[in-house]
Amino acid sequence: MDDAGLSRDQLLDIYYHLRLTRSLEERIGILYRQGKIFGGVYLSTGQEGVSVGAAYALEPGDITVPSHRDMGAHLLRGIQPREILAQYLGRIGGLTRGRDGNVHFGDIQRGDVAFISPMADGIPVATGVALALKRQGKGRVAMTWFGDGAASRGDFHEGINLAAVLQVPVVFVCNNNQFAYSTPVTRQTLVPDISKRAAGYGIPGSSLDGNDVLAVYQVAREAVARARRGEGPTLIECKTMRMRGHSEHDDASYVPREMLEEWRKKDPIQRLEARLREWGVLEEEGEARMTKRIASELEAAVAWAEASPFPEGKDVEQGVYST
Amino acid sequence: MAEITYIEAIRQALWEEMERDDRVFLIGEDIGVYGGAFKITQGFLERFGEDRVIDTPIAESAIIGSAVGAALMGMRPVVEMQFADFIACAFDQIVNNAAKFHYRTGTSVPLVIRGPSGGGVHGGPFHSQNPEGWFVHVPGLKVVAPSTPHDAKGLLKAAVRDPDPVIYFEHKYLYRRVKGKVPEEDFIVPIGKAEVKREGTDVSLITYGAMVHQAFEVCNRLSAKGISVEILDLRTLVPLDREAILATARKTGKVLIVHEATRTGGVGGEVAATIAEGAFDRLDGPILRVAAPDTPVPFTTALEEAFLPNVDRIAAAAERLATY
Repeated sequence: MDDAGLSRDQLLDIYYHLRLTRSLEERIGILYRQGKIFGGVYLSTGQEGVSVGAAYALEPGDITVPSHRDMGAHLLRGIQPREILAQYLGRIGGLTRGRDGNVHFGDIQRGDVAFISPMADGIPVATGVALALKRQGKGRVAMTWFGDGAASRGDFHEGINLAAVLQVPVVFVCNNNQFAYSTPVTRQTLVPDISKRAAGYGIPGSSLDGNDVLAVYQVAREAVARARRGEGPTLIECKTMRMRGHSEHDDASYVPREMLEEWRKKDPIQRLEARLREWGVLEEEGEARMTKRIASELEAAVAWAEASPFPEGKDVEQGVYST
Repeated sequence: MAEITYIEAIRQALWEEMERDDRVFLIGEDIGVYGGAFKITQGFLERFGEDRVIDTPIAESAIIGSAVGAALMGMRPVVEMQFADFIACAFDQIVNNAAKFHYRTGTSVPLVIRGPSGGGVHGGPFHSQNPEGWFVHVPGLKVVAPSTPHDAKGLLKAAVRDPDPVIYFEHKYLYRRVKGKVPEEDFIVPIGKAEVKREGTDVSLITYGAMVHQAFEVCNRLSAKGISVEILDLRTLVPLDREAILATARKTGKVLIVHEATRTGGVGGEVAATIAEGAFDRLDGPILRVAAPDTPVPFTTALEEAFLPNVDRIAAAAERLATY
């Protein structure tokens, strides 16, 4: 079986993280529609394989620089659902203590760099993180994700080119989900495979089925190994589909229905489930147990987050500077 | 105390901080092999190696974005913008990333960006600007502009040791034209503290950067006429030393603000508002400003000389105010 050399426990761990990502984001969507979560909500529904598969190739001490649809990566770094929910609810228990919303969170202690809104800004940051890691000499690598839209920005070009010239240990993961807000990728670029740009930087690049989480893991693992060996950056393009709107207030009526239908059949969770069942790694009982486990974890997380207080207005000016 | 040039002070600060703290490294265009466009980092590559003196492609946004990333990992990058004007290419990474990171996450970004700024060198619109105004308005940044070798060295050391992003505008006109005494031992000039460079009683001249030297001449010229000018050198533009500003305003009751940066939206407006809010009842005359006109920095001498605030214009305004 093509299990990417993963053990049964590891396969189930990947499966758990896919399911947790999906369920957590579904819960966030519900809280948003209930009016408890305000502001923007950007979900990675249908794309979980790209974040989970690639992040799974990392080790403790490696650093992630995720974008806005990488919930699975945050979870794999050890960020807890309750912290994430508190973040969305704008509470003190969130990692930004209410100073920023939704996916704009991270924790340097856990090796996760907080996302900022301008697309592709994280790419040069990842290059710099990798520069520091190279200097520190402990064989650590950085990994960053960005979308097809972000790949049009100058920071994509500058950041990857700089990483290549400096030969720093970083993996660039492009989450090509076919749309940047309402802009189809065909309006973003004339060359459908963003991985082809790698040749322009003198680094390896490849495109793959981003909804095959084990394939994503394998390709990412190779890129991570390259970086650890001191062979520099790699560009990985994971083809996937954004199954919901750009944000939860976007009905995405501009997406052709047939496209969604076609991609629904390629759902990353269903596909992994099918293989795990086929390999005897997952049986009905195990699946049901996991469903219960995730549900109860999320209940506790929501309760914790909703009990977390809001920050006080009088504290608005705190923390602009470090001292 | 040794007497050194402004540019030597900058070089010494960089060298000493690189020796003192292994986490400090330099990154920018032409700084390594070439030794820098102004030769400030000549010899650094040989001494510190290519891991700590990094020559980059032309990519200001990535240079600063990567410096942010390295700073998050605990390093202390000192970025050189070849000319302060090119900092505009990295505006997004500075204002959206570096400036906001601590407020949002509690994680510091100990980054220094050096920008050779200022005119008077036939540089034209893109090699002569004083862009501090763009950044003074962004919460989360610190902005400094030393006028003397002492302050240049002390502020750069302070900037390197500061946990927050500091933009250090070094005025290129002063590089080799200004000399001053600098302590032999290690010292810093605290960020956020202005300094009275000359004490006076009749008029407060609040200024920074290259204009401090114009202010010295104005002071000499007017004292011959019996007018005593106090010069307050802001040194830091953000966080502004509002106490020092109010103290001098209350002392003389007459304030003239001078900066080489263009008039509208310049730091002078912020200083004037601070005084109007905090010392209005001690004023004996209007708060005046002398600044460059609202134009790009022109190239040809006749236009550049009309553009740059000079001793004549400043002295005339100070005298007008003194006799108000």
